[in-house]
Formats: sequence, structure tokens, C-alpha cells
Amino acid sequence: MITAESTSTGIKPEKIEKTSLLLETLQRMVKGPGARVGTVLFALIVLASVFAPLIAPYGPNEMDLKNMYATPSASHLLGTDGLGRDLLSRLLYGGRYSLSLGLSAAVFGAFVGVIIGSIAGYFGGKTETLIMRLMDIWSSLPGMLLCILISAALGAGFFFTVLALAVGAVPEAVRLIRAQILKERTKEYLEAAEAINCSKFSIMFRHLLPNVVSPILVMMTMGIGMTITMAAALSYIGLGVQPPTPEWGALLADGRSHILTYPHLIMFPGLTIAITVLAINLMGDGLRDALDPKLRS
Amino acid sequence: MAKYILRRLLWMIVIVLGTAFIIFTILYFTPGDPAQAMLGGVARPSEVANLRHTLGLDRPYLVQLGDFLYKSFIKLDFGNSWVFGVPVFDELMNRLPRTLIIGLSAMVLNLTFGLLLGIFAGTHESKWQDSATMGIAMVFISAPDFWVALMMIVLFAAKLGWLPAYGIGGPQYYIMPIICAALAGIAVNARQTRSSILEVFREDYVTTARSKGQAESAVVRKHMLPNALMPVITIIGVGFARIVAGAPVIESVFSIPGVGLYMLNAVSARDYPAIRGSVLFFALFTTVVMLIVDLVYAFVDPRIKAQFSNRR
Repeated sequence: MITAESTSTGIKPEKIEKTSLLLETLQRMVKGPGARVGTVLFALIVLASVFAPLIAPYGPNEMDLKNMYATPSASHLLGTDGLGRDLLSRLLYGGRYSLSLGLSAAVFGAFVGVIIGSIAGYFGGKTETLIMRLMDIWSSLPGMLLCILISAALGAGFFFTVLALAVGAVPEAVRLIRAQILKERTKEYLEAAEAINCSKFSIMFRHLLPNVVSPILVMMTMGIGMTITMAAALSYIGLGVQPPTPEWGALLADGRSHILTYPHLIMFPGLTIAITVLAINLMGDGLRDALDPKLRS
Repeated sequence: MAKYILRRLLWMIVIVLGTAFIIFTILYFTPGDPAQAMLGGVARPSEVANLRHTLGLDRPYLVQLGDFLYKSFIKLDFGNSWVFGVPVFDELMNRLPRTLIIGLSAMVLNLTFGLLLGIFAGTHESKWQDSATMGIAMVFISAPDFWVALMMIVLFAAKLGWLPAYGIGGPQYYIMPIICAALAGIAVNARQTRSSILEVFREDYVTTARSKGQAESAVVRKHMLPNALMPVITIIGVGFARIVAGAPVIESVFSIPGVGLYMLNAVSARDYPAIRGSVLFFALFTTVVMLIVDLVYAFVDPRIKAQFSNRR
């Protein structure tokens, strides 16, 4: 066995660390200042929502009728709404709804998109043409309109909103993964996999997919942010999640009629959404740079 | 080239028909009876049945679908609104100018400011100008546009009193909606333009141009921009789609009686002909814009032209 010490060149042997691809990517990702800020912020927001019962000074539906429409003060840090409910507490609890909405819709949409896109990209030919044409039709309605239509049809509520948002995210995922697979399709390892008689299923999902997964991760990360915004917009226009659920968009919808008199009811929920989405986008940008082979040095 | 255009046109017809089919089907299978909803809970079953008959809801799915497609595309008749009784098409045409004013002006802002900021950031790569522009762009991509709109109302209408908060009237009523509709698009365009500038930055022909002693401004103008702006053309299509998609929300924030607000009101009133008409209208609009963008792209990019002339 040749060890590094046995070489007589005198060059200090480099220790080969065992690092997983994931860890390596994460390390590269947090190198940029933007991505680092984004990751920390996002982690804080997620933790705050998860531990909302411990942090929140009041319950999400606890009313303090002596302090209705209170502006920010020491007892109510972000003020209260028309029923005297503490805005900070509602935002903390609302994060659970908004974050899980964004996450599940983005993941669900990407999942369906990846399956359809892999089939299109790998099989090619008529299957591909048919699928891509269907996607053209599917996306001829801009995402938000499709969401409005579907939530109008399905009705309001958490799960229907997830479904509506996910449906809107599918075509983009399909296009992206197909384009990636087209690039990979002629590579030798696929030929090798075919030569050793792997099933089509195994080639598609075990050999091909891991090689095209990075742009999808980036898309999904960015998608979470976009979905949170869209979910908020849906709730705001009266579809999507309904008050009194403290989802962030629903809080905005709640406060919309008091915008001129009590702007804090609009300002803080929106600011929360903006900061969360900003954190996610910064993370996504960092992830993209980390996964981009052109930028690897 | 003519063949390409023809094929795209035919394909567009298929897309629009497919979209109409989807819209109709989603609404057809929506739970709940619209006739019952219109009459309210106290209506007698015979009344509901009567209304269903007058509205044509008792016909089979395929007949209704065929009727909808025939009337929409052959006669340009989207039916009468169930709530107001007036033709949906006329109502859309009445409201269209307001939506168009906002959409087109926002598009102009998108392109001019998006390109300028992108070029500015790209040519100052890694300097503070670049970081500042991209930082601001990131903020506007992340902030929900309707919330920015609400905050602008608070600031410019309530606190400063410079602009009217909502409704329509003189030109000043359109200033805030246009800016709000454009902000996110400007940010997206700026980012895209910057990255495509950075891509051509390292191309050989740019180095050649520099090494032959050309002034930096001429290098940017003559060599970098024509190549960098190619992908930007596709953004125009995406930008339009974004503005169309944002129209309902922006119009709802500023209470502007445009097509988007019409659609939202129709959705909450379960006014099916109005929903179908307005959604189909938006889809048609987007598809036509996408088609134009594709054609322009094919016209400008010699590679696509060549690819097509090679194919037999």
C-alpha cells in the first residue's frame, strides 16, 4: 500500500477529507455574504415559527379588547388588530402556515414537474412532443391567473391553495428538467447503463436524475419564495387561506380596510413576507453559484 | 421563414383552443350549482331548474363545451354576464384601455430601466455600484408587489397627499399603479441583463475589440450590447406575462375597474361567463405576445433562421 508518507518528494501530503457532496455544496454556498445572511435569516424565521408557542407573548387568537388597534408599544411590540389580537404573536404563528404552504407547494410542483420532465426528456420522440405541447397549453395562462382560476374552482383553504400553487409551478419544472436531460442524453454513462441492461426506470431515476438535480434544487428554493408571495396575494384578494387563520397574506387581507388609519396592520405582515422571501432568494442565489460548475475553482 | 411563421400561427390556435377547453372544464367540474348560488338558499327546486334551463346548464358537457367554443371563437361572443346581464365582450372592451395603459407603460418602464440598470451594474462588475443595484433589485424581487403598492398608498396618498389613493380619474391616478406593476419586472430585467452582459464580457471578440484599441464605450455599445441583448428579448414575453398575471391584484389594490378587477369580481360572484371570458382574454393576450416575441427572436437571431432553412 502506498501511503502519502512513503513518497520521497518531500511535498507535504494533502489530507483527503471525506466530504459529502451536500456538505461541500453547503460550504461553498455560505461563502458569499449574501447567502450567509439569507441562510441565517431563514433559519431564524423557521425556528421562530416552529417555536412560536414558546416565543409568542400571546396566543394567536387571544383578544385584548382594551387594546384594539393599538400601535406598537412595550406590551404589544408590533401593535394589535381590530380585535386586540397581538400582531407579533399572529405573525409568529402565521409563519407556520405561510412557510409550510410555500414549501409544500414548491416541492409538490417540482416533484410532479420532475417526473413529467424526465419522461419527456428521456423518452424523446412523440412522447416528448406531446408532453411539451401540453405544457405550452398549461402555461399559456400566466401562473397567478391559473392559481386564481383553480382556487376559485376548488374553494378556499390550505390544501386547495397548495394544490393551486403547485399546479402553476409544474410547467416551468418540466421545461427545466427536460432541457437538462437533453444535454445529458448523449453522455457515455447512460450508454453504459443501457449496455448493462438497466431498466428504463432505473436509468431515468438512478443515473440520469442525480446528474441534473442541481438546477432543480435552485428552482425549488426560489420557488418557495415565489409561492409564499403568490399565496399571500391569493389570500389578499380573498381566495386562498382565509382569516382568521393568521397566514401572512390573510393578515394583510384583514388589515386592508384599515390601511389609511392603522398602517401598521399592513406594514408588519408585508415586511415579514418581504424579509422571508428575500432570505430565501439570497439562499437560492448562493446555491446557484455553489452548484454552478463554471464558478468552481 | 414563412413556413416557420405559419407553423407558429397554427400552433397558437391549438394552444388557445386548449386553454379555452381547460378553462371551461375546470369551471364545469367546480362543485356547487351556480344556479342555486344565484338564487340563494330559499329558492324552490322548480325555480332552480328553470334558471338552469335558461342558462343552458342542463345540457350535456360536450354540448355546452361546443357551444362555448363556437360562440367564443367564431362569433367573438363570450355570452352575457349572469350578474349584470350585459355582454362580457363589450364589458372587457370597455375596461381594456385602463388595463392596457397600466400594462404597456409598465412594460416600457421595465425595459428602459431594467436594461439601463443591468448595463450599469454589469459594466461595474464587483464594484459598489454593482452590489448596490443588485441589492436593491433583490429587495424588489422579494417584496410582494401588492404590499409595495399598499405601502406607497400609505406614503404618497395618506401621509404626503401627493397622489390619489385609488380609483380612476386624471393621469395622476395611474402613476402609482404603473410604478407598482413595473417595479418587480425592472428588477428581474436588470438582473438578467447584468448576467448576460457578464457572459459576453469574457468572449473573445470583446478581447479582440479591446486589444485593437477601441474605446471602452464603443466596445460596450458595438460589441457587447448586440450580443447581450439577444436573450433579453425573451424577457419581454415573460415580463408581459408577469404584468398580465399581476393585473388582477394591482387593479384590486388601486380599485381600478380594468379587466383584472372584472375577473376577480366575477370569481367572487361565480359569474361563469365573465370568468371564462376574462381568463380566456388574458390567455389570448399572453399567447399573442409570446408569439410576437418568438417571431422577433427568430428574426433577430441568425442561428434560429439558419436552423430553419437547413431543415429541408
